[in-house]
Amino acid sequence: MALRASELKTGDTYEEVVVEDLKRTQIVQYAGASGDYNPVHTDNLFVTEVAGYPTVFAHGMLTMGLAGKAVTNYVGDGRLTNFGVRFSKQVWPGDTLTTNLTVTEVSTGDVPTVAVDVVTTNADGDVVVKGTATARIDP
Amino acid sequence: MAVDRFPVEAGHIMMFARSVGDYNPIYSDEEYAKSTEVGGIIAPPTFPQASAQFDPEYRLRPKPGEPWMGSGKNPTSLSDSGGGSASRGLHAEQHFEYHRHLKPGDVLSAATNPGKTWEKQGRRGGLLKFSESITEYRDQHGELVITARSVGVATEKAAE
Repeated sequence: MALRASELKTGDTYEEVVVEDLKRTQIVQYAGASGDYNPVHTDNLFVTEVAGYPTVFAHGMLTMGLAGKAVTNYVGDGRLTNFGVRFSKQVWPGDTLTTNLTVTEVSTGDVPTVAVDVVTTNADGDVVVKGTATARIDP
Repeated sequence: MAVDRFPVEAGHIMMFARSVGDYNPIYSDEEYAKSTEVGGIIAPPTFPQASAQFDPEYRLRPKPGEPWMGSGKNPTSLSDSGGGSASRGLHAEQHFEYHRHLKPGDVLSAATNPGKTWEKQGRRGGLLKFSESITEYRDQHGELVITARSVGVATEKAAE
């Protein structure tokens, strides 16, 4: 299942739709599991009348978790060594998000590794999170 | 953030994986997980964030006897009553370094130290104030398992 350095090259890509038509319920699930109960994510009365947003929006960490699913589906389970993102745009209920991975480096030392760029976009093509990941791979 | 005891539990991992839409059986099925290279259930990569559940001071969780900013019958703003509203604080960046992956049975502790701070003029949100924090997660044997770096940003008005 693991990626092999001998079969990988810079520029290889992987694409996965990580959520379709994001439901408010999933945002509630994330609040409950993560423990981040900030009402901007779940409380429409608060977020519109107090915080001044059009409606609730996803936790940045939910969007990172969705991107992480694409990353681990690509690199394999238990192989990840680094994963980081910058949050650039909010994610709203109804969004469909696609994560694209691009191999930027394949290292063939004692511990072979792969580095990928991670970019998640919404249906308008706007980037919502962007970052990098590295993972151990097979020779 | 200081967390003295974050017990990593299989049920919590399953709930967390579901919440990020990840139904990979490595996060829930012990028999399957045993048959893989990994050898057992592990936690998804962003699971360390759930340490908030075990942080007694975590401010984004309602606590008995304390005012909560979320709405009941009416919208509530703690800033109206002199408290602080968290609504202007947003998460700008998050990075994890995995020294190994978390598994059920781990009992973690986490200590957070402040990192750099900087300011930037936002295009629509006014002055943006960034602050970094570094959290080290250690297991019950004192081994460093995850290093997390988080960047928060405070804005002067709602971001668009």
